[in-house]
Amino acid sequence: MPVPNISLYSRRRRRNSIAMTLSIGATLFGLAWLVLILAVLLWKGFSGLSLAVFTEMTPPPGSAGGLLNPIVGSLLLTTLAVLIGTPIGILAGTYMAEYGRHDRLTTVVRFINDILLSAPSIVIGLFIYEIMVYPMGHFSGWAGAVALAVIVIPVVVRTTEDMLLLVPDTLREAAASIGLPRSLMIGRIAYRAARAGMVTGVLLAIARITGETAPLMFTALNNQFWSLNLNAPIASLPAVIFQFALSPYKEWQQLAWTGALIITLAVLTLSITARILAAPRKST
Amino acid sequence: MSVTLNRGQVLRRLRLGDIAFKHITRTAAIFVLVLLSAVILALIDGSVLAFRTFGFSFLWEEQWNPVTEKFGALAPIYGTIVTSFIAMLIAVPVGLLIAVFLTELCPMWLRRPIGIAIELLAGIPSIIYGIWGLFIFAPFLQQTLQPFLISVFGDIPVLSTLFAGPPYGIGVLTAGLILAIMVLPFVASISRDVFDAVPPVLKEAAYGLGCTTWEVVRHVVLPFTRVGVIGGVMLGLGRALGETMAVTFVIGNAHRISGSILAPGTTISATIANEFTEAVGALYTSSLIALGLILFVITFTVLAIARYMLMRLERQLGN
Repeated sequence: MPVPNISLYSRRRRRNSIAMTLSIGATLFGLAWLVLILAVLLWKGFSGLSLAVFTEMTPPPGSAGGLLNPIVGSLLLTTLAVLIGTPIGILAGTYMAEYGRHDRLTTVVRFINDILLSAPSIVIGLFIYEIMVYPMGHFSGWAGAVALAVIVIPVVVRTTEDMLLLVPDTLREAAASIGLPRSLMIGRIAYRAARAGMVTGVLLAIARITGETAPLMFTALNNQFWSLNLNAPIASLPAVIFQFALSPYKEWQQLAWTGALIITLAVLTLSITARILAAPRKST
Repeated sequence: MSVTLNRGQVLRRLRLGDIAFKHITRTAAIFVLVLLSAVILALIDGSVLAFRTFGFSFLWEEQWNPVTEKFGALAPIYGTIVTSFIAMLIAVPVGLLIAVFLTELCPMWLRRPIGIAIELLAGIPSIIYGIWGLFIFAPFLQQTLQPFLISVFGDIPVLSTLFAGPPYGIGVLTAGLILAIMVLPFVASISRDVFDAVPPVLKEAAYGLGCTTWEVVRHVVLPFTRVGVIGGVMLGLGRALGETMAVTFVIGNAHRISGSILAPGTTISATIANEFTEAVGALYTSSLIALGLILFVITFTVLAIARYMLMRLERQLGN
């Protein structure tokens, strides 16, 4: 029986334990940032959180105020963006999963959609500026909503396709066998079976656009005052955070932190809800 | 009402509805293609003036002077590449190690929570990273890491230029580090998904031969998933290149190329974000849109390669 080579053996073990320690360290390092960022946000943001934040307008420099107009502006822009983007996204995803599962159009659309999904959002802002703001001659809430909708579409396309593909074909065949037309099968059977997943997609899309700043800067711009006019510049939380954080005024900086906390809590709530909704689907 | 409709009419109506629905969905799918083409066309249309005025030397001219209306894209392009490079230098090894931890070491019950936490890190909007970077991270670096780098590398010939100058806090290095934190979860979660796709039989066979965990990762998992890992890394790179708000806060917005990574600089996206709404004159605006076009072409290429790689891995697994 050959004598085992102890030094080789221990070297391999040592190398292994070094690599494993490093990987544990890397994970702690990654998680530490999440904790650090959230801790700072809570610490800085909570101290400024009061009822006034939700009931008062953004103040002029050097005085106290709230974030009512940017909060309402953000809600308005997000709602419009989802209303514009979701139907297009769902329909496109439906074609890819139900009608053209193997055709070339689907392959190309999937590829392009994945690129749109991670395209720099500032470029989307420039695009909407070129096609809407410049021809119209002024910044507007509509332009902001459309810019956000362009970001919503690829997210919804992707999740709709993925979720419809998870629906078992036997359901489709059963529907076809009792003579249900394809469009009714999709509407009554496939959508219903994939509903939780599709809602997840919309929630993720909302989470994504809630914090988007870059595409709004050249489209919806910003507005110091109360305005619901979508043909004029409109305030949004990210734009106000950007402006206030870079200002030299203490009150504005504090409001920026509070706004940042509100956005982060909204995004985290949305993405956790989305994950909970999607969870039972994953396990089956 | 339904009594008066005969069977033929009902069927015809259903068929019409069917055809209409199919065409509507098809149109929506084509709309996605139109959207991307429209983005490219709008950017080209907007940047024509800049390219006509400066020619292609726009790409390698360093000067950026709104007063004399001389514009060149070199400094922003340089800043974009350097900050992304720093980000990838840190995010790739750390992200891969996290993926190794999640797939090989982590106890089952912890996998999901840690995975979700990492994904939440990816979901935090970039403006949050920006404000955090400006008020917390940059002052911290100014007092700790940057003086340390200056004192350690101050006397070594090449490195002393790289780490020269006063510690501003904000600057190229800070932007790169923030990008690293932002890209990290992308690299980690895609690598984890890719590692998970390795057939267990392969790993079990290697363990059965007496391989250590590290050897299994190094000689079985990584070779098998190489294409996918590269795809994930490219996807992260695409994000780093186009990231706007976080960088805008901490880069310092200086249109010059400095040898020192502690000095302020600028990136393509930060330049656009800072100057676009204040740009006066058609040429200035057009130059900024031209910057956007350059950014889009760069990220498009990187993302296309990433997707192609990931698609190849999928096909490999399918066979």
